[in-house]
Amino acid sequence: MDSVSRRKFLKIGGASVVLSAATQSALGRVEELAKTKSSKGLEKIPTFCDICFWKCGAIAYVEDGKLWKVEGNPLDPLSRGRLCPRGTGGIGAHYDPDRLKYPLMRKSVRGEERWNQVTWDEALTFIADKMKKIKNDYGPEAMALFSHGIGGNFIKHLFKAYGSANIGAPSFAQCRGPRDVGFNLTFGEDVASPERTDIKNAQCLVLIGSHLGENMHNTQVQEFSDALANGVSLIVVDPRVSVAAGKAKYYLPIKPGADMALLLAWMQVLVTERLYNKPYVEKYGFGFDNFAAEILPYSPEWAYPETGIEPEVIRATAREMARYQPATLIHPGRHVTWYGDDAQRSRAIALLNALMGNWGVKGGFYYPVSMDVPSYPYPEYPHSDKPKVDNPDNKFPFAHEVNTNGIRKATISGEPYPVKGWFVYATNLIHALPDEQETIRAIQNLDLLVVIDVIPAEIAGWADVVLPEAVYLERHDDLNVEWFREPFISLRQPVVEAPHDQKPNWWIAKKLADKLDLGHYFPWKDIEEYLEHRLNAAGLSYGQLKKEGIIRGEKQPIYFAEGVPDVFPTPSGKIEFYSLQLAEAGFDPVPKYTQPAPPPAGFFRLLYGRAPVHSFSRTQSNRVLMDMIGENEVWINQDIANRYGLKSGDFIRLKNQDGVISNRIKVKATERIRTDCVYMIHGFGHNSRMLKFAYQKGASDAQLITRYKTDPLMGGTAMNVNFVTFELEA
Amino acid sequence: MARFAMVIDTKKCVGCMDCVVACKAENKVPEGFNRDWITTEARGKFPTVQMEIRTERCNHCGNPPCVHCCPTGASHVHDLGGVVLVYHDLCIGCKACLASCPYDARFIHPEGYADKCTFCIHRVEKGQDPACVSVCPTHCMYFGDLEDVHSMVSRLLAERKWYAIAPEAGTDPQLFYLV
Repeated sequence: MDSVSRRKFLKIGGASVVLSAATQSALGRVEELAKTKSSKGLEKIPTFCDICFWKCGAIAYVEDGKLWKVEGNPLDPLSRGRLCPRGTGGIGAHYDPDRLKYPLMRKSVRGEERWNQVTWDEALTFIADKMKKIKNDYGPEAMALFSHGIGGNFIKHLFKAYGSANIGAPSFAQCRGPRDVGFNLTFGEDVASPERTDIKNAQCLVLIGSHLGENMHNTQVQEFSDALANGVSLIVVDPRVSVAAGKAKYYLPIKPGADMALLLAWMQVLVTERLYNKPYVEKYGFGFDNFAAEILPYSPEWAYPETGIEPEVIRATAREMARYQPATLIHPGRHVTWYGDDAQRSRAIALLNALMGNWGVKGGFYYPVSMDVPSYPYPEYPHSDKPKVDNPDNKFPFAHEVNTNGIRKATISGEPYPVKGWFVYATNLIHALPDEQETIRAIQNLDLLVVIDVIPAEIAGWADVVLPEAVYLERHDDLNVEWFREPFISLRQPVVEAPHDQKPNWWIAKKLADKLDLGHYFPWKDIEEYLEHRLNAAGLSYGQLKKEGIIRGEKQPIYFAEGVPDVFPTPSGKIEFYSLQLAEAGFDPVPKYTQPAPPPAGFFRLLYGRAPVHSFSRTQSNRVLMDMIGENEVWINQDIANRYGLKSGDFIRLKNQDGVISNRIKVKATERIRTDCVYMIHGFGHNSRMLKFAYQKGASDAQLITRYKTDPLMGGTAMNVNFVTFELEA
Repeated sequence: MARFAMVIDTKKCVGCMDCVVACKAENKVPEGFNRDWITTEARGKFPTVQMEIRTERCNHCGNPPCVHCCPTGASHVHDLGGVVLVYHDLCIGCKACLASCPYDARFIHPEGYADKCTFCIHRVEKGQDPACVSVCPTHCMYFGDLEDVHSMVSRLLAERKWYAIAPEAGTDPQLFYLV
């Protein structure tokens, strides 16, 4: 209604002002009824979310064929019927005006973002011809795939069929890899995703840099809230007063990079005061005496100048942990590529947990279970004589997944053998890997760069061919056979149609396989035939799964006390307090502390983290989520801000130690951070011109991360080793 | 008679904004506007900072100035639960209600009428919780009837320490914050 007709209405409606409230209410009801009537075409379709990679079960509401809202699926053990804000805002991905719409092929030099719109057949024929030539000239291993999330499963399958095992994701070497290596070395098993942390049953919870509530992995946050409601004793270690720190019984404002010193001192207190779980350690521990001797020098007094945490606080928190053992959980974190000692620091966290005796125990770490669903009976993949390209001479002996940065390095050097083609699925390598210039140098060495994604992130701007994928609400994906507290499977299925010429990844992989003469690796007609085959093989009903979205299995034991066998697949068969395999490989068998380099004068350590309404750099064109947080801010300690004459809301630029200058970013002057570091949410500061709405909103931490330290155990890239200063003329 | 109210546990709220997103989706709130929002307060000097995070919206006041000042009768008290609502077609967009609200809970919808939280009365009348309450991953929000002494909201207010925002405005707010 425009303003004129509104005034007219008021004239006529003068009478309605005197109508009784009851009549007005009745009118309101009629309107309500009319709405209900017009929404009789309301469909509720279950699927699972893809705004992050947690895979929460969801129910989409489609009103007269139009997507209305997405809610949690009450059957789903992960979401427990409640999606996180990103999942709730998932509708914005479908409606995103900036999303990729048609296949594109580059028409000028790489990175200029000038495109020809092409047909799928043209795009896939071009790709297949290039891939055949690369295979012919260099061998199939010269093609590498970067893939994040379950959506990439069929592309991975295609790559294995083509003959390349060079398949990596930033989720290992740029994220959780060091953690999983540290835990593997200690317990023989990793923490996995969803994390096997029994947060809801913990009576004492220790978060080290882990900012649950801002980091919004749904089940973790829900269990965190359960724990708070149960009165958990919360200890938070963070250079920043995170949301979690605001709820803590003990907040330890640690000097950035000194976490290892704190961990060693905590363990020293627990051992010297004999507060650790002695029966558990005696039963399951290997090399405890050697370990105890090695950590003896690390007293709280030694740790004080390193960490800035007073000795009495270190003692008090160690005793607090001991008080609630074994239900004391020291959270292993998730994104832990920080300072270069990350696998060893994660191992120290694993050892601290071992001292609590909480592995396999309620309130500690449970044993995830899953349903038995056979994989599809594909033909055998071709055998390659070449090792994976990322880790020549096994330089990083404990890397158990492919290092993306190793592929990047090989692409630049041609060693140990050339990499001439990249496929990038659903990961924005420009923002995910440190040192974007190194990534660009690698890209310039390629004969082929294909990007499959839903939005034109920076990496798409560098591609030769960009393939637009249907968003998760418009496609099927592989079956999710989850490992969690209880076994279940879930189905991703389309709830609405893709609005333009976007295609699901399974279709892309199958079509490309045909063009590569690999069609026999995709023997099913379509994905529903594939899914039905897998469900039938497991004795489950595909019809039921389509209707309900989730099929839950029988509950199984998840703790030692419930009958999980108490075996540890380490070399000693025990929890390795002292690691002979580390010693044999030339590393410290018990973690040691290395002092981090301090910031140069006038510089501040750049720290970054998550916002609850964004996933990486994937969501800044989602209008619903951008209405929540539309740009990032740089957190600067209030005293420092005063010194520079800065106040909240001012725009500045950040300049790093190598002279790289960021986009404009708003200042948040706050008492919630130390004076020696600054903080920003990761994912903003897009410079892809195709992301019209997100373009240059906020600054990119990734752009400022020109330096990184490489983890000697597993090759991960530590990124909290960059420093910035302020450019006040923004 | 029912008296609907919302109780929010600030000890659990993490400020994730799921309530804001869910409201936006449920009620098709247009881009650039929200009917609810998060307030984060930090008091003190690093590192001794006291924090409180809470979700805010219309307080559905028992003595609603927005209703009293409305020249057309568009702003009104619904006959169920004391919920304050706006008849879109009666509203002339004069903004008197925006000025009168001590909570800054209202905005002018691009279609010209004053808009705000409805306590999702369309859901409540079907026996559901408001969208924000039903989505909250921390379960920090409770909706119910204060006239019913056995309701969760009544019990929480009886058992826990709480406050309301700006009671001095005299509007009898119906949002209560547990501390």
